[in-house]
Amino acid sequence: MTRVRLTSGLGFYGDNWTPVLSAIEHGDVQYVCSDHLAELTLAILQKDRQKDPAAGFARDLLPMLTQLWPAASKRGVKFVLNAGGLNPHGAASALQQLFKEKAWHARIAVVTGDNVLDHIDELQANGETLAHMDSGASIDSVRDALVFANVYLGAQPIAQALAQGADIVITGRVADAALFLGPLIHSFGWASDDWDKLAQGIAVGHLLECSGQGAGGNFGASGVWQRIPDLSHIGFPIAEVSADGEVFITKAQGSGGRINYHTVRQQLLYEVHNPRCYITPDVVLDMGELTLHEIGVDKVQVRGAIGHPAPTQWKLVAGFHNGWMGHAVTGFCWPDARAKALAVSQAVQLQMQEKQLPYEELCVEWLGHNSFLGPHAHQPQDDDMNEIWLRMAIRTREKKHADMFPRLFPWLALSGPPFMGGFHGMPAAHELLGLWPALIDRSAVEAKVRISLMETV
Amino acid sequence: MKLRLSDIAHARSGDKADNADIGLFAWEPLGYALLAQHISAERVQTYFAHLWPQTNEQRDAALPYVERFDLPNLLALKFVLRGALNGGAASSLRSDNLGKTIAAQLLHMQIEVNDAQAKAALLAAQLEISRF
Repeated sequence: MTRVRLTSGLGFYGDNWTPVLSAIEHGDVQYVCSDHLAELTLAILQKDRQKDPAAGFARDLLPMLTQLWPAASKRGVKFVLNAGGLNPHGAASALQQLFKEKAWHARIAVVTGDNVLDHIDELQANGETLAHMDSGASIDSVRDALVFANVYLGAQPIAQALAQGADIVITGRVADAALFLGPLIHSFGWASDDWDKLAQGIAVGHLLECSGQGAGGNFGASGVWQRIPDLSHIGFPIAEVSADGEVFITKAQGSGGRINYHTVRQQLLYEVHNPRCYITPDVVLDMGELTLHEIGVDKVQVRGAIGHPAPTQWKLVAGFHNGWMGHAVTGFCWPDARAKALAVSQAVQLQMQEKQLPYEELCVEWLGHNSFLGPHAHQPQDDDMNEIWLRMAIRTREKKHADMFPRLFPWLALSGPPFMGGFHGMPAAHELLGLWPALIDRSAVEAKVRISLMETV
Repeated sequence: MKLRLSDIAHARSGDKADNADIGLFAWEPLGYALLAQHISAERVQTYFAHLWPQTNEQRDAALPYVERFDLPNLLALKFVLRGALNGGAASSLRSDNLGKTIAAQLLHMQIEVNDAQAKAALLAAQLEISRF
């Protein structure tokens, strides 16, 4: 094969798959690569799995494939999805069940080996410190509070699964861009040290992994979003890639959104930290010489990604229980909206003191005024404010203290300042999770990567 | 004259653990020269000082809080704000726990530029936006 077209699938757990159907039907694609796992999604899936051991995967996998598979199978379109989350085999079983009910045939591959939570002792005994990547702190400080620990795997097991004839590849944690590099390695037989081609492939993956954000969605500018057509029917980005590493980014004909120099470069740098050293398991991407060229309406060429050898250490992200948040929101109408909100925030703090409510941190925000711009917000005169919303949140070690917090508000309805509205009950305490990024020797991980295949029907 | 960054640039921000990450993109080369000259890592750190309250224990004195990376090939600057997200998305008490609006806050920044330079950059940016 000399040319392949891939489309972005979902950009997060909960995203919309209608644009994916449009890419399958009108985009001439051979692969859908779908990223269900943001950094903190595993924390959500961990809570699901605590309630039900069969859960722990991105449940949108099932309705998504229910809608997409008939159109995809007719055209031979294959899927690569990290929807397996913390339970890739559970995801595959649920999918197998669904396909059996529909009498649909597919070969499903499951990639595992990213989940190392149960091997931490063994890894430490073998000399892996798992120290915090930024601060250098020892993982022992959070060892007992860990709720998940997953290593970002690379593209090779995905390419291998496709080589074994998989129609649908389900993974847990893999580098987001590897979901896209896998099919490219499989299609073109790129060598594992053909660094510049692999780097082009990672650039493709990075441009497509956030779905609509690569096609003019969430385009951060002033006065420009209005110029982007029909966001309601946005077309997710599609990459056309050739065996020699030539790359074009485009989208399905007739869809909304915009692919141009500006929307593409805004996504290219998204969350990459050092753009000259974007580390993935398969290659280190250097964007320092990368250029983008508009070559038509909604078509941009990507050239000049430089690849450096793959790292010997891979990235692990663990999540740990990190206390609780208690919070409440209430609104105040003119007159004296801000003065009243300030008085109430002080009254609540006085109660916290009198009731000796233990907490580690207090956050007070003025919604609708400066909760986003902070000290850089315009400062209106007090009398000019139509209304203001007070949001208060505290960090506690114990759940019961977080639960107590919103109960400090209801009495204000009849005994506080006038014209307070919009207090809609007491939100439950919210569990907080910290993230623990660390490095781990790749050979320790690769030895445990497994690919298993199953047929439906 | 004063120039607001939103007049000459666009931006997107996101998160990685407790680090905020901002891409700042000039609409065209004149604007890029102004950004590269005026928007130093130190200036960004001072501007966002409120993101690092003194009580934040996760703050690590050994690391620079803000790093800047230059990409003249893409007319872009990248800023990484270490430890700026109140412990990270799932630990943060803030409404914007993911730091998505931090880029808007940066675009809201004003810089003092001599009139001729400012007017030339404004005009060039408006031309580029009209082609969008």
